Amino acid sequence: MTGRVSVEDVKRIAELANLELTPEESGPMLHDLNAILEYVAQLNELDTAGVTPLAQVGELPGAGGVSVLRKDERVAGLGRADVMAQAPETDQAFFKVPKVIER
Amino acid sequence: MQSDAKTTESLVELPKTLAETRSAIASGEVKAVDLAEGYYRRIEKKNPSLNVYLSLTRERALEQAGRVDAAAAKGDSLGPLAGIPVGIKDVLVMKGAPATAGSKILQGYEPPYDATAVSRLEAAGAVLLGKINCDEFAMGSSNENSAYGPVRNPVDPECVPGGSSGGSAAAVASNLAVATLGTDTGGSIRQPASFCGVVGVLPTYGRVSRYGLIAFASSLDRVGPFASNVKDAATLLGVIAGHDPRDATSSPAPVPDYAAEIDKPVEGLRIGVPAEYFAEGLDDEVRASIEAGIDSLRASGCTIQAISLPKTRYAIPTYYLLATAEASANLARFDGVRYGYRSASSATLAEMYRHSRDEGFGAEVKRRILLGTYALSAGYYDAYYLKAQQVRRLLAEEFLHAFAGVDAIVTPTSPIPAFKLGEKSGDPLAMYLADIYTVTASLAGICGVSVPCGTTKAGLPVGMQVLAGHMQEGTAFRVARAVEAAQGR
Repeated sequence: MTGRVSVEDVKRIAELANLELTPEESGPMLHDLNAILEYVAQLNELDTAGVTPLAQVGELPGAGGVSVLRKDERVAGLGRADVMAQAPETDQAFFKVPKVIER
Repeated sequence: MQSDAKTTESLVELPKTLAETRSAIASGEVKAVDLAEGYYRRIEKKNPSLNVYLSLTRERALEQAGRVDAAAAKGDSLGPLAGIPVGIKDVLVMKGAPATAGSKILQGYEPPYDATAVSRLEAAGAVLLGKINCDEFAMGSSNENSAYGPVRNPVDPECVPGGSSGGSAAAVASNLAVATLGTDTGGSIRQPASFCGVVGVLPTYGRVSRYGLIAFASSLDRVGPFASNVKDAATLLGVIAGHDPRDATSSPAPVPDYAAEIDKPVEGLRIGVPAEYFAEGLDDEVRASIEAGIDSLRASGCTIQAISLPKTRYAIPTYYLLATAEASANLARFDGVRYGYRSASSATLAEMYRHSRDEGFGAEVKRRILLGTYALSAGYYDAYYLKAQQVRRLLAEEFLHAFAGVDAIVTPTSPIPAFKLGEKSGDPLAMYLADIYTVTASLAGICGVSVPCGTTKAGLPVGMQVLAGHMQEGTAFRVARAVEAAQGR
């Protein structure tokens, strides 16, 4: 945790996140990310060797228990027509998107 | 029987408790339909200045109110929320009603289903008035991150209502609903409750189903109620809590009768006061109000114990790493393909994803997606994400250890009262620090209540945060009720 990212780092992260920052956005973003990363670096002060990471509080003692999964039975989902009605572009059976492969 | 117009108007203008409102409806003295119409008139009048509601579900509300009136007229038994006007934070979906999550990226989306908390409210008789403004994807502490403009604090319109459930708190404070639902990931129910002078409940993680909640950080997100008093809040929690097969993290533990817990005396309860929550950065007037609240608990027979939670200062960095990491994964689904906003100007699929997200997300959401993506990216995962998960366990264990010696912990909900619009919006880190007293309970999964506890000289509300262990909502309600009662309410 060193807490410094460069313009190139921000560009690369944005690409991973499917975002495309404008030049006006990337400057302030770089500044903010570095300020935040510098702040979170204080976690380095804590020795966490051997500590099991906690992903879900349900696994803590007394936390109410982890829910049991429902039975593996067929249950009706949302109807196709209801779902497709929300799509920006559809032929009612499928979602339509711009070209994926150039030929 | 004609509904009494004067009584209806007085209920809208001078709100009574949930129980009083319900009994006026049950007796036929007031018609649920008239009450709903009264609230809509009030919303029409007040919403332009407060910006609380984003959309109204009038048709659905009046249908439900009509059903309640018909049942009351027949003498049928009525649900615990029969006819009660309730507002829903716009991150919880209602079938056929616009769901925005305060974001442009969901423009035009009208979900084909109800959130579990929403359908449970309605099954208990609640009349759902509409969808309420919030920070975009519940990311924010001031409600200034909504793509649909900020909510104003009804106590002082120059001030923010807090966030992210700022609209839900403001709705109760200005009586644009008897109660509301909000969500809390790092303080988003408790902090706005404190800023607006209402009661807000953070249920134990897993206590209320997250089905139909537009996800921000799934291991932290919780659904909870706002109300004008502790008892109403407890009644609402009793309705929405309980196992849901549609949320694999929802707890199978039975739901106690919270409203019955409330009036149990607090005498003999051990209350912990952690030094770390009264340190540098705490506003003097907030401190004085909370200390007076603690004195009143002592006077009610509680044992006040000084405790220490030394790792508290690591909570904000831990929270912002974990919450943003989860958000970066959760928000990957908004791509312009299946619902919501799609950018018109794209030649290829990859371009369409990027442009839709670029044009659809606001600055704070992008900031958090980028931070989370970075924390999860190759080479940084162990240093940031895994490290934060380890610290999360240490923070949770610190709380569990404390609860071995005390029944509840009380702190200020926020170090400062409501701040002015624009005061912190230019500095994301300063905004994150607004959550300093609330995030630790979020990380630990424990429950809590923010209850009004005095005001500053300027008249701004101060909230006391009452925390209790996992599934100990009853204890948190009892203590909060004692604080409320000591103030003559």
